[in-house]
Parts: sequence; C-alpha cells; structure tokens
Amino acid sequence: MKSANSFSPEQLAIMDAIIARYPRSRSAIMPLLHYVQSISGYVTPEGIEAISAKLNIETAEVTAVSTFYTQYKSEPVGEYHVGVCINTLCAVMGGDAIYEAAKEHAGIGKDEVTSDGKVSLERIECNAACDYAPVVMVNWEFYDNQTPQSVRDLIDGARNGNPPAPTRGPKSLRTWKENSEVLAGLSDGLAGEGVQAGDPSLLGLKIARGNS
Amino acid sequence: MTQLTPVLSAHWDEKDSFTIEGYKRHGGYDAVGKALEMEPDAVIQLIKDSGLRGRGGAGFPTGMKWGFIPQGDNKEHYLVVNADESEPGTCKDMPLLMANPHVLVEGIIIASYAIRANYAFIYIRGEVAHVVRRLQQAIADAYAAGHLGKNIHGKGFDLELVLHVGAGAYICGEETALLDSLEGFRGQPRLRPPFPAIAGLYARPTVVNNVESIASVPSIVNNGAEWFSAMGTEKSKGFTLYSLSGHVANPGQFEAPLGITLRQLLELAGGIRPGHQLKFWTPGGSSTPMFTAEHLDVALDYEGVSAAGSMLGTKALQIFDETTCVLRAVLRWTEFYKHESCGKCTPCREGTWWLVQILRDLEAGKGTEADLDKLLDVVDNIAGRSFCALADGAASPIISSLKYFRGEYMQHLNNGGCPFDPIASTKFEAAGSR
Repeated sequence: MKSANSFSPEQLAIMDAIIARYPRSRSAIMPLLHYVQSISGYVTPEGIEAISAKLNIETAEVTAVSTFYTQYKSEPVGEYHVGVCINTLCAVMGGDAIYEAAKEHAGIGKDEVTSDGKVSLERIECNAACDYAPVVMVNWEFYDNQTPQSVRDLIDGARNGNPPAPTRGPKSLRTWKENSEVLAGLSDGLAGEGVQAGDPSLLGLKIARGNS
Repeated sequence: MTQLTPVLSAHWDEKDSFTIEGYKRHGGYDAVGKALEMEPDAVIQLIKDSGLRGRGGAGFPTGMKWGFIPQGDNKEHYLVVNADESEPGTCKDMPLLMANPHVLVEGIIIASYAIRANYAFIYIRGEVAHVVRRLQQAIADAYAAGHLGKNIHGKGFDLELVLHVGAGAYICGEETALLDSLEGFRGQPRLRPPFPAIAGLYARPTVVNNVESIASVPSIVNNGAEWFSAMGTEKSKGFTLYSLSGHVANPGQFEAPLGITLRQLLELAGGIRPGHQLKFWTPGGSSTPMFTAEHLDVALDYEGVSAAGSMLGTKALQIFDETTCVLRAVLRWTEFYKHESCGKCTPCREGTWWLVQILRDLEAGKGTEADLDKLLDVVDNIAGRSFCALADGAASPIISSLKYFRGEYMQHLNNGGCPFDPIASTKFEAAGSR
C-alpha cells in the first residue's frame, strides 16, 4: 500500500497546518479526513495511511473514526452529492415524495452514484432548516422549499454541469471536493456571497418592525 | 399584538449583517471592551444575576456553569461552543450564525475571559458549508481587528479560537460525545461524573455552552442583568429564538420573551395553513414529548412546558395538522434515533432497533394491540438506562403519541394499514406528487 508519499509536499504541508491549529494533534483527525475527501473525493486507504503517519496513531484508529461519521465516505460519491431530508418534518412536508422523484429521475438508489459520476443520492437527517421545509442539501449547501420538480431540474443541471445556485449559499454551486476543502477549514473566499438570511429567518423581525 | 424582542436577530435584515463592518455599525465588540475592564468573577456574577439559562435544551443556569470551573488550579481551561444543531426540528443556531456570526465570536471572548480560558472551540455540524464559511470569515476578521489572539484590546488577555467542523453525527450534540469527537475519537458519550467543568476537553476544566447562550452574553454585558431579567418569566429570564415549522401559514424565527404561548406564536405565523387544524406539535424538538391543541396556552418557558409534561428543549415548534399520520411521524423519528444511536450502550443500541421493527409493523397495520404494550415495555427498558439521554429522547414521541393518539394506532390495526394520504400533508399538495 502506498503511504504518505501519495500526497504532494504542498498537501502534506497543509496537513501540518491543520494539525497546528490544535493543542493536541489527534484533534485534527476530523479536518484531516475532510481534507483527504477534498483531494480524493472520499476517504481512501492512502488518506488513512497519511493521517495515521501524521498523527502517529494506528491506521485502525483512523478507520474507526472515519467509519463513525456519515459525512466521511468509503467510496466515491458524485461531483454533486444530493441529500434529501427525510426526517419527520421534511418528510411530511414533501421530502418523501421528493426523494422518490430524485431516485426515479437520477435512476439511482440510496448511496448510489450515476454512471457519469455526476450525481449521488443520500437520505439525510434534519439539517437545521425546518422553516424552509422541504429541504435538500447539495454538497452541504441549502436548497430550500423544494418540490419534486425542482429536484428533477437540479439533477438535470448537475448532470449538464450547470446546477442551479443554492438558496442560501454562494452564487454558484461548488463541487463535492471543493466544499470538502471548506469543511477542512480552508477558506475559499466565498463567505461574502449569498443572502444573509432567507425570508422565514426574518419573519419575526419584520413583524416586530411593524412591516410584515 | 404580542411583543417580540429582536436582540440577536435585530439586524438580520441588513445585507451585510454577517460582516464585521455590519456588526460594528451597531456597537459590535463594545461588550468585549466593557468586559475586559471588569474582573472575570464580576462577569460571571453578571451572567448569574441576569438569570440566563442554557438555550441548547437543558436550561442549566449559564453563570452557574461558568462558576463551576475551578480557579487558581494551574490547569488550562477551555470553552467549547456547541454548534452541532441537529435535534429534529431545531433550526435557530444555523440562521443566527449565517446572519450574525460575530455575536457568537464576541460572546466567546467574554465567556473565555470570565472562566479564564485561553483556547476556545466552536464545534459546528459539518452539513452546513455556507455557515462554516461565514464563521471562518468572522473569526479571521476578528483576529485581524485585534479581538482575538495575543493581548486582546491591549488588556493582556490572550485567546485562540478554533472552528472545528463535525462530520454528521447527531450524538455529537451531547456534550461529552462532542468532547470525545473534538479530541479525535468516535463521538460517544462519557460516564458522568466527572462533569466537564472538572474533566472536560483533554481532561481539563471545560465549559460547554450552546450557540444561543453564548450569543446572548454581549447584550447582557452591554445592557445589564436587570435589562435581561426584566424580560421573560419568574424563573425563565430573557428573550429567546422560537422556531416555527411545518403546517403553519408562515414558518419562521420569532425572538420573544420566554413564556410566550403557541397560540400567540401562531397568530404571528398566520395560523395553521388555511383550511386545516392543529393536530400535534413538539415544543422543543423531537426528543420533547408532543403536545396537542389542548396545550395552546402553555407558557413556553422551562417551568411551564415541564409542568405540562414535556420540555422546552430547543424551542423548535414543529407543527402538524390533521392530514399527518402520527404513526408515520413517530416511526420516522424512531428510525432517526436508531440511526443515530452511537452503539455504546446496549439498551439504546438494541432497544431503538426493536422499536423500529415494532412501529414498522404497526404503521403497516400488522401486529396486535399487545404490541402497543410491548412498545412501552421496550421504552421502559431503555430510557434512563444509558450514558446519555438519546434513548430518553427516543422514548418521548412513543410515550406521548400513545398517550394522546392510542386510537390512531388501533385504527391502523383495524384498517390493516395507514388511513392517511401522505400527499395531503405536503407543501405542494395541490400539485400532487409532481
């Protein structure tokens, strides 16, 4: 098996910088796993080897952590990873119908990827946007107030390389790998893009101001 | 008209509310200046006097938690902010951080100064890329402006703030699981005692607070404990974010004094969606026992909700109308608890699995009336029998739905299936499943 030398000196230096954020190195394991996903798209054996070497812990310990958390993938996902919220509130508000439409339209099942590698599908739990239900996340960006048709359009756009923009997020949708880099704590400079709040977030404030 | 009290949300309607310029325009980081002029113990006393209680669900007095940190112990102290918001229905911290991340950063500086911590962490859930960006930028800008780092405001206080991004595990919202996760392990709860105040992160004294609790601190420093405690009820002081979702005409966030009722909140939200009636609702996420229309006038403060048999929780009011099958709702929540059980404690790991099997049969109209008692028997054997409260949360929807809707369970059995049309519950019901 290849080890840490599967990564470039620049990539290894970024790993060191991630580790340096913490008082104790092992705390860096989660951002390092996100970083490996930003390079390879999923948690590869080489990535586990590299993290193990950097943190001076067994590969089994890295794997134990990686397999505990659902956002770390042991196989490649699509360039656009679509998560449909199927927790109770979103499911009732239409998430179940949206998931069925997505599955049928993309021709894939749960945790599967389209043959062109563009789209994968996941049933996700509550994503803290219930006042925007039904919610769909793509590469962990918010797509609010979705319908079966809007998700079909989203999948078509993703497969054509032209996905619609998130509702509350950057001006254009970034890829799975690009967003994994953000989750690893590396800035992409896009914090200023997108709305500061959607309408439901502002409802109480508007009423308090007397201009609802 | 019911009084709303926008404090945390006061400037969310300004396009640049999330920037350091937008925050400073309304006195942002003034509270840090004030706090650093005070003795740390005086800051703790101020928060105690305000009556602020934890906004993450448990309602523990925030100032008292800070006071538990042993001082003069020659150990590092840590502040960890729980931004893992994952309780089903809960949707207050993410919009807060999207629109105003600096109020959290400012609260962190003040809280860290008070408990004498020089390292602080924000543990944010991983499924919210844009909220992560906003926080990253806010932290970078706060460093650049001298609000973080060495010798803050020239007052000799040092603070490093690290944003730690989770990776999809509900259990990490439990504070000891969160600490294990932050240390680089699987996120599994610890046995207590020792509590985090004595042995938390890296076995050092640690305060773990919810986002909203810490974000409330700058306003208390700026306006005083009396200003804060003048709002709310006798034992539940101050303002808070109530989140209405589901079958209401206008879902959204409402910042109001503690003690407002669902009836009042529904007036603000335009009522239940037209042509429908309230059937059941959760006061504070799926782990809080459900209520019905008979609870419309329960005061939504810690004591009021508790006296009515539930918990204030995260003030996540999920509203369901008469088109919703209560078994479907409960089954889906139970599937969630099964999925999110970390597996450490046998009663929770095995019990949630069996609850799902029994509920799936019941929803499909299979099984017998004896299965209802079996559900309660399993619940009785998992709640309170694990390291953390996940299994207690799993018990809540089952016990409360059987209390209010036993007839609907029987209806499924007598019908041989679910009598509800799921499309009728959707937001796009007029268009059908298109």
